[in-house]
Amino acid sequence: MTTYSTNEFKSGLKVMIDGDPCSIVENEYVKPGKGQAFNRVKYRNLKTGRVIERTFKSGDALEGADVVDVNMQYLYNDGEFWHFMVPDTFEQYIAGAAIVDEAAKWLKGQETCIVTLWNDVPLVVSPPNFVVLEVTDTDPGLKGDTTSGGSKPATLETGAVVRVPLFVDRGDSIKVDTRTGEYASRAKG
Amino acid sequence: MNAVGLFHQTTEPFGDDWQASATIDHLKIRARLLRDIRAFFEARGVLEVETPVLSQATTPDPHLHSMTTRYSGPGFPAGKDLFLQTSPESAMKRLLACGSGSIFQICKAFRNDEAGRLHNPEFTLLEWYRTGYNDRMLMDEVEELVSTMLGIKPGFRRLTYHEAFEQHTGINPHVAAVELMQRYAAQSSIAMADGILDRDGWLDLIMTHIIEPQLGKGQPTFIYDYPASKAALASVRDGCPAVAERFELYVEGIEMANGFHELRDPRQQGMRFKQDREKRRKMNLADIPPDMRLLAALESGLPPCAGVALGVDRLLMVLLKAGSVGEVMAFRVDRA
Repeated sequence: MTTYSTNEFKSGLKVMIDGDPCSIVENEYVKPGKGQAFNRVKYRNLKTGRVIERTFKSGDALEGADVVDVNMQYLYNDGEFWHFMVPDTFEQYIAGAAIVDEAAKWLKGQETCIVTLWNDVPLVVSPPNFVVLEVTDTDPGLKGDTTSGGSKPATLETGAVVRVPLFVDRGDSIKVDTRTGEYASRAKG
Repeated sequence: MNAVGLFHQTTEPFGDDWQASATIDHLKIRARLLRDIRAFFEARGVLEVETPVLSQATTPDPHLHSMTTRYSGPGFPAGKDLFLQTSPESAMKRLLACGSGSIFQICKAFRNDEAGRLHNPEFTLLEWYRTGYNDRMLMDEVEELVSTMLGIKPGFRRLTYHEAFEQHTGINPHVAAVELMQRYAAQSSIAMADGILDRDGWLDLIMTHIIEPQLGKGQPTFIYDYPASKAALASVRDGCPAVAERFELYVEGIEMANGFHELRDPRQQGMRFKQDREKRRKMNLADIPPDMRLLAALESGLPPCAGVALGVDRLLMVLLKAGSVGEVMAFRVDRA
């Protein structure tokens, strides 16, 4: 496996720290005029998503992590596992609830997700930035009211609940920004 | 084919990395600062000198990494590796031993392995030596120079290394055990990748991570009387504890200058070279033979003096409130 010294640490580099795959966020070089040089490193633990700070002696090295992001299509959920497929090769990957995590509430099938693989096993599933989903339950819409502010909760076909403007009705399809979990617009259809 | 034709052949578009990393306005202020520094020393009768950038000897300090280049030609038909100076200290001391009297120099210095917000592998040093001065007297002159150049009031704070540690951490740096410093760092949420630092390493960690960022805020601060283990090329004053007659100046959390009441004893100097070589061996670093010409100069007699090196790029950075040294030099290394 490749190792990387502190001189090679840069944003996005994937390395192993305490047995977990991590992604370097920031690397600051600190040195007293006479004496030991350090690198103050911020990194994201890709398993937990937490950003952690740690100091290394300059010249220390870490093992690289075999982590890649792959575009995959979400196929179906068999009740326990989520199934994904690489469109080009038809290769399939299976991920459990802990991995799919929050992404689950935006997926109904066919969406193209980014699946982060660590040693060829799914580590993180990121849904598309925008998804179109049907509203299955909400208070009756106020017809024609597209101007007044105000919002109400709406349940979507995947079970996710988002706040929508008052004019949105059951059966409407809406576009949602999965990064913020917020309503973006009404979708055609 | 004419030049225009050549350019037309180029399919790759040019990037914008040919442009300076500093603005032209910054470079104008840089030029004025250099002129003001020269005027400051001329008014005090300090002689400007130039010493070689390429040298056959270099410092064995295990935390300084020299770059090398190769010369071959008359005098060295088989070729000879030469070091790019990490500072002009050795050559300037040899001039002092030749009877130059007080001298100053503005020059490029080179350090491998150093790049970041406050570092560039090639940078500009102002280094000067005052015969008959000790470290306290030189601190006064550094204060005059820096307050004049930055246009701020004199009356800088002065703290011993011990006082700085006591005030900011409650640790006595002269006696604290490694375990205590390790615990303190952990409690201050400095996670260290591996615990293998020597005692000086732990002092450096706490200094750079906790104390330094708070030093010189609003008012520049001198730290002086360093632990004897951090003497570098400073003389050590006997006492309890013995302390190195060394000082550093911090401005707005940035280390700006490092000065010594210079060590003059060739045997002591030879011992320190030997200790540094031993450390290099333990750290698997390339061996650096001792600088015999410096030792010979000390043997012949270095006049009592104090010397200091000041980072001109950092001084300018503070003057211009710039975010990095790259913003005050024409081309930082990634554009050089």
